[in-house]
Amino acid sequence: MDARYREPLDVPALARAARLSPAHFSREFKRTFGETPHQYLLTRRLERAAELLRNTDRSVAEICFAVGLASVGSFTSSFKRAFGMTPTAYRASYPPASRQARVPTCVLLAWSRPNSSFREDSPARRR
Amino acid sequence: MIKGLTHAGVWVHNQDEALAFYTEKLGLEVRQDVTVPEMGDFRWIAVGVPGQEDVSLTLLAVPGPPVFDEETAAKLKDLIAKGAAGGLFFAADDVDATYEELKDRGVEFSQEPTDQPYGRDAGFRDPSGNQIRMAQVAG
Repeated sequence: MDARYREPLDVPALARAARLSPAHFSREFKRTFGETPHQYLLTRRLERAAELLRNTDRSVAEICFAVGLASVGSFTSSFKRAFGMTPTAYRASYPPASRQARVPTCVLLAWSRPNSSFREDSPARRR
Repeated sequence: MIKGLTHAGVWVHNQDEALAFYTEKLGLEVRQDVTVPEMGDFRWIAVGVPGQEDVSLTLLAVPGPPVFDEETAAKLKDLIAKGAAGGLFFAADDVDATYEELKDRGVEFSQEPTDQPYGRDAGFRDPSGNQIRMAQVAG
């Protein structure tokens, strides 16, 4: 479940993989781990979504689908329940993800170099 | 003193294609994906193996001018396509089972699972041509 949260998993599919009936699987899972398989999977997906909100510039809808959830509306309300704020507000409470890009020195130098007044480079060098 | 390895760079021909391959076919997860408009739309993509949080691969596009001139960029892309630009080594618990799983998802193997002095391994390439191997190391 930890590795395959992106796939369309549900309790019947998980129970099949464990070769147990859905009801028995849910009961045993809860007895062992303290929460239902549905809650566990949702938490895992929301944690991943939070990471993607902090570390990528993808849209909320893209992130919702990327973690295996099908509805943006219920993603937003589950997220708000878990984190106390909407996905957009959560993202805004962190530094912009673009700060994490480790732009290589060669790229940095090439793009931060002032325009040459000698025009030794082709005019098409900068867009 | 250096305390750890966090990211290793992989040159790729096309970042979208590479991202789809490493996540959808190999099962890695996206760790970072950001574009920096003020740096010529430089895009930083990091992917990693679920469960191995502290090591990521960065899928780097071969830059054209002003970073590399056209000729250098073309030569580098050519070398990558020939599989001459380094390689990646992954671990699997069961190489034969993982081989079947990846083959079902459309990964083309250059070497089927084979016994080696260090264990059992198989080899394939990413869409850019980078050589990848996965091994099940003998205990």
